Amino acid sequence: MAITAFTAATSAVDAPKRRSKVALFLLLPGLLYLALFFLVPLVSLVITSLQVPDPAVFGRYTTAFHIQMYGEVIAEYGTQILRSFFYALLSTIFALLFSYPLAYFIGVKVRRWPILQGLMIVLVIAPFFISFLLRTLAWKSILSDDGVVVSALKGLSLLGSQDHFTGTPAAVVFGLTYNFIPFMCLPLYTTLERLDVRYLEAASDLYSRPFHTFRTVTLPLSLPGIVSGTLLTFIPAAGDYVNASSQFLGGSSSTMIGNVIQSNFLVQLNYPAAAALSIILMAIILVIVAVYVKRSGTDDLV
Amino acid sequence: MTTQEALALDLTLDAKPGRRPRAGRFGVGSLILPLYSALALIFLLIPIVYTIVFSFNDAVKTNVSWRGFTLNNWLRVCDAPGVCQAFGNSILIGVIATLIATVLGTMIAIALARYRFRFRAATNLLIFLPMATPEVVLGAGLAAQFLTAGVPKGIGTVILAHSMFCLSFVIVTVKARVAGLDPSLEEAGRDLYGSPAQVFLRVTFPLLLPGILAAALLSFSLSFDDFIITYFNSGSLQTFPTYIYTAATRGIPPQANVIASAVFILAIVIVVTTQVAGEKRRKRLMKQTAGV
Repeated sequence: MAITAFTAATSAVDAPKRRSKVALFLLLPGLLYLALFFLVPLVSLVITSLQVPDPAVFGRYTTAFHIQMYGEVIAEYGTQILRSFFYALLSTIFALLFSYPLAYFIGVKVRRWPILQGLMIVLVIAPFFISFLLRTLAWKSILSDDGVVVSALKGLSLLGSQDHFTGTPAAVVFGLTYNFIPFMCLPLYTTLERLDVRYLEAASDLYSRPFHTFRTVTLPLSLPGIVSGTLLTFIPAAGDYVNASSQFLGGSSSTMIGNVIQSNFLVQLNYPAAAALSIILMAIILVIVAVYVKRSGTDDLV
Repeated sequence: MTTQEALALDLTLDAKPGRRPRAGRFGVGSLILPLYSALALIFLLIPIVYTIVFSFNDAVKTNVSWRGFTLNNWLRVCDAPGVCQAFGNSILIGVIATLIATVLGTMIAIALARYRFRFRAATNLLIFLPMATPEVVLGAGLAAQFLTAGVPKGIGTVILAHSMFCLSFVIVTVKARVAGLDPSLEEAGRDLYGSPAQVFLRVTFPLLLPGILAAALLSFSLSFDDFIITYFNSGSLQTFPTYIYTAATRGIPPQANVIASAVFILAIVIVVTTQVAGEKRRKRLMKQTAGV
């Protein structure tokens, strides 16, 4: 059956993008799946966020229209919400600054050596293949108070003997930055790899200084990569709760919205609060994404 | 070695005739970018090396400080209670979720690249949104839905959740491959009186296969490493990541490092070989089609 579907698709080459019942057959199962396990859960979240506790049983809620829940969670967790977006913004900027030169080097300078280029890209995505949690725990050990880095900094008197790094907001931002660098690097690499170097030569032939060439030629041409890279970093960073968790790099002063949602849902069984916070997080992200994509599409970000 | 090769290449690029020398081009300037890239890659690899090294640590209670080299952790991986069970669960979930996501996703990808249909914009939005939604929202949403529907959490709910978030990534990966397919290869097949089924099996499918394999590999690694969505929907079931999260409070056994290291090495081998094999297959097909 699948073969008939595919062959029908191949004969469509002569008249690409034609209409056919086959398209419906190909689309329907997957789209139904997404509707059932992506859209319906979002509706469930909205319904859950409006529920009120059942006075008889702890952890059970009855359907209601308690819209005040949104105000309550914003009042209670406003700091954590703002902090999440601030941390996500910082780590996105750091990841971009870290990744751009690397992606430029691999995508433009190493272009003539495809094998070396392939190897370097494998190294960039290598962190994907080792557990995210173990990577973060490895940093926790490396950066712990009796670890090499902190001891060295203390030896150089750059840190006081009472200072520590893990558990601080800086450690959380560091962890977020590290964990999302490959997400930033890959889209940057993809656009820079296709960058036509003749544009750069033309600019230099016209007596443009390297920095000016970069700002007026390279940067605008790599904008699609910057946009997708920053989104791929910002969105998961804003919702992350592993780095900020106290078992990992965070502490009590660095709790993010993800931690609050997790503890409300899985520990305190306060489903409406967790659901309301999730909806707020989702709404803010959708607005940011829409504005950002629209802005970067119409005029230059620089 | 990398730095030297990179440096050589940088100089070669600069040595192109007719190019005006620019400030900082010769001397220290041309060294900075290769050097930076090498250091950046080393930085990215630090926690990986750390994890692999500590899989050989002769740890007693916690695997934090180095106590000496041993192979025991590798030889007795399943000695740490629960770690192999959790690993097995992760593999099972990853395989089933990948199968579901790859089949459904490939079908959608072909439809998107080859057909015109109504509600295309809405379809694209439905595919894009799960990738733009933070995992914690996806996890909480599914958990709320399973709670409302009265579905008990377990391996089934985790598989349903994983197939969902893998689906969009499969679609994007395979769609790029279908769109990049050279129609003249299929035309050549038809010109040689290949039946539609033959053309599909001997031209289209082999050409799509690297893309489908890449999507499946991506899907499996996303599923295998997922913690956030899993934690919301797993109940008492332990996957490898939830095992590590729970164990983090009392200390990770070195056997967890062994499993992670083994998976890492295997994944790198698969990535490199599929890259090479894909390239070879593409060349061979091009030659075959061009030859006849």
